[in-house]
Amino acid sequence: MKFSKVLTATSSAVGLVVAGSSLFAMDLTVVSWGGAYSQSQIDAYHDPYMAKNPDVNFIYDESGAESVARLRAMKEANNLTWDLVDAVASDAIRLCDEGLAMPIDADAVLASAPDGTPASEDFGDLIINECFIPQIVYSTTFGYRTDVDEWNGRTPSTVCDVFDLKNFPGKRALEKRPINNMEWALHCDGVALSDVYDVLSSDEGVARALAKLDTIKDQVIWWSAGADTPQLLADGEIVMGSTYNGRLFNLIVEKGAPVDMLWDAQAFDLDGWIIPSGLPADRLEAVFDFVNFATDTQRLADQAKYISYGPARKSSAPLVGKHATLGVEMGPHMPTAPENSRNVLIYDYVWWADFRDDLDQRFQAWLAQ
Amino acid sequence: MRALLLIAPLLAFVLITFVMPIADMLFRSVENGIVSDILPRTSAAIKDWNSQGVDDLPHENVYRNLLVDLTIAVKRRTQTRVGSRLNYEAAGISSSFRRVGRGLRSFNTEPYSNYFIHQDENWGDTGYLEQLFSNPRISAALPSSASAFRTWQTDFSSDQIITPDDFVFVALASDLSTLANDKVSDLGIDSLRTAHADIDQLSTSSIKHMFIEFDKNWGDVNLWKTIKTFSPRYTDGYFLNAVDLKRGIDGVERRDQSERIYLVLFVRTAVMSLTITVLCILLGYPVAYLLAHLPLRKANLLLILVLLPFWTSLLVRTSAWKVLLQQEGVINDILVTIGLVDDAARLVMINNQFGTIVAMSHILLPFMILPLYSVMKTIPPSYIRAARSLGATPFTAFWRVYFPQSLPGIGAGSVLVFILAVGYYITPELVGGVKGTFISNRIAYHISSSLNWGLGAALGTLLLVAVLILYWVYDRIVGIDNVKLG
Repeated sequence: MKFSKVLTATSSAVGLVVAGSSLFAMDLTVVSWGGAYSQSQIDAYHDPYMAKNPDVNFIYDESGAESVARLRAMKEANNLTWDLVDAVASDAIRLCDEGLAMPIDADAVLASAPDGTPASEDFGDLIINECFIPQIVYSTTFGYRTDVDEWNGRTPSTVCDVFDLKNFPGKRALEKRPINNMEWALHCDGVALSDVYDVLSSDEGVARALAKLDTIKDQVIWWSAGADTPQLLADGEIVMGSTYNGRLFNLIVEKGAPVDMLWDAQAFDLDGWIIPSGLPADRLEAVFDFVNFATDTQRLADQAKYISYGPARKSSAPLVGKHATLGVEMGPHMPTAPENSRNVLIYDYVWWADFRDDLDQRFQAWLAQ
Repeated sequence: MRALLLIAPLLAFVLITFVMPIADMLFRSVENGIVSDILPRTSAAIKDWNSQGVDDLPHENVYRNLLVDLTIAVKRRTQTRVGSRLNYEAAGISSSFRRVGRGLRSFNTEPYSNYFIHQDENWGDTGYLEQLFSNPRISAALPSSASAFRTWQTDFSSDQIITPDDFVFVALASDLSTLANDKVSDLGIDSLRTAHADIDQLSTSSIKHMFIEFDKNWGDVNLWKTIKTFSPRYTDGYFLNAVDLKRGIDGVERRDQSERIYLVLFVRTAVMSLTITVLCILLGYPVAYLLAHLPLRKANLLLILVLLPFWTSLLVRTSAWKVLLQQEGVINDILVTIGLVDDAARLVMINNQFGTIVAMSHILLPFMILPLYSVMKTIPPSYIRAARSLGATPFTAFWRVYFPQSLPGIGAGSVLVFILAVGYYITPELVGGVKGTFISNRIAYHISSSLNWGLGAALGTLLLVAVLILYWVYDRIVGIDNVKLG
């Protein structure tokens, strides 16, 4: 008797919860890159949105680096569990080409600028294809420790110092994929930054880049998550390493680590949202509503209060001001600031969308040897 | 019968969660339907092509069929998948497919529809084509165009459009130019006969030239050989790849030096797993001996110390080793503090084979200690006493009397540790760097990152077969009856 009472009470409670969740609450799985970057999104987009829409609940997934592979696998298994994905430009192109991302009508889905400029004009060229909803302009660049005794007071000034083991001994961290590493290697092997993609298009060019990387291979720790390099730098496990500029800002300015930025040959790239194709209508509506909010002029400008990435809307630029808690002026820390962007690698995301499979295969084979 | 019913739930569970996935994996390692599914007309057209040299490219019709297949694939957004598949065999093909998929719109295929419609306006009418292809004899004689027209109707056409897209006419031109005069006459359709008579006119707007003009890779014989080699539904390509071979121009050959990685990894996995097993025996034997010979209360306390790490999360233990072994880590710090190691020359103990061996030996140690302990518990202490009373030295008594009786425990522990080690991947991934990773890391990479599931399945199958062979050899030499878990 007692037992059956407990059972009834439990089942009705479960029933209530189930009914409640299906009627009011909506769980949205949002994929991003983790660390300081995800936190800036949560501060600028998710928390304000949830304050206005208490019935929406976000589930944060940090597998942004694997989004193409995971979405392909989900399609193969016919089991889509993601609702919104944060992807870099070349991944967005690949996802769009493969039908894994949904084409968007920017002006219908995204908010206009406060002065009424339609979204497609406000974002301009940064809408690189019909699936991509731009958020930020960021760069991949190097950070180095400022307290390395073996360097005898020298500090790295060009990206080629990464390949200079004589003057700058010590472990360095590079990303565990060919992107940027190949360009930097060729550049330091004597190719002008504007010619790197022409050279890389040939087999000899790939071999040349890998040969240059060979010269430092045994001193490299390979990272795959954006948060790895800041942690390795902070622990002193490496003396220099590549990562996204916002992660280094977080390490240097917020955490005060003895680390400095090497802006030389920083690789500009775009990052934005893509919506996986095949979402059911109710989820899609919820995702549209969130994306409309999260990419409006104010929200994009707000994100720059937490991390040093440039907002993708023209109308957000005048609103960028000081860091939310530190009060530091954010302008000079942006990758686009004139003193930081004297020598820039214009990262060719269309080229990478086409050649990624080829180079991944060669790079991974080279890595495993 | 009733017994069978009783175990039916378990049997069904094992079938669904164990046997079926393994069977699926074995199947994926040879399955290759993707090329003929996405490029069906090209696969059929290229069958008769046997290249005689570097200049001997496929016939114009092969390119025409490729255009038709690619137009449909781009519409369905599948052209990149076939490119990725072929890229596994010859790096460079993926970019060719991706670029041509985006550039296909710039191909001038208008001469093809113009050629037909200028001859007879009926060709521009969907209803006429519908009627024509509903005749089974005509469909059979013009297979590419019949299927291209059907696909156009289902995937491309809308109510406003009554003239099919150019690619249907490209398919028609390809079909007609392969037919002999009398075959066309037999069909008894005047418009077909007229179209067939002048079909060579169309060679002036060569699709072949358009492809090569767009991207010179399409004029590369090796690309076409790859397509031809991998158009059948089943392939041994994944298995060849898994042992660093490939199907080259003159049959099976070794891969380039820069692409050979799997045999090295198989050997490394075997050698390192063996090292770990030996280390576990050396470390575990004294512990198990101590456990078996202490008074029960103390033994139980020690046993908990052995089991506690066993119950701790694998990731926690691996991360702990990271903290201990890294260059700014605990061990290095202690060595530097007591002056054994210079600060500038800290030991590199992680992100290499040493790190993997240390962390995995620790993690797998309980799997050695527990079987050893339970076997040692059953060895009667009176045997040793008898040996000693008959004049044996302590060492002889141990080596000649005790040790042989504990062998079944060593056997069981070794099999357990070795088989677990061969399949480990999370620990080598975290502490192994590049040189300390196992074959299972490559399998994980192919399953979750590169999505080359066929190669991952082939590597997995080889690993499974290797373990089964080792098990069989072990059974022949030691005898599986001699293995005791308790």
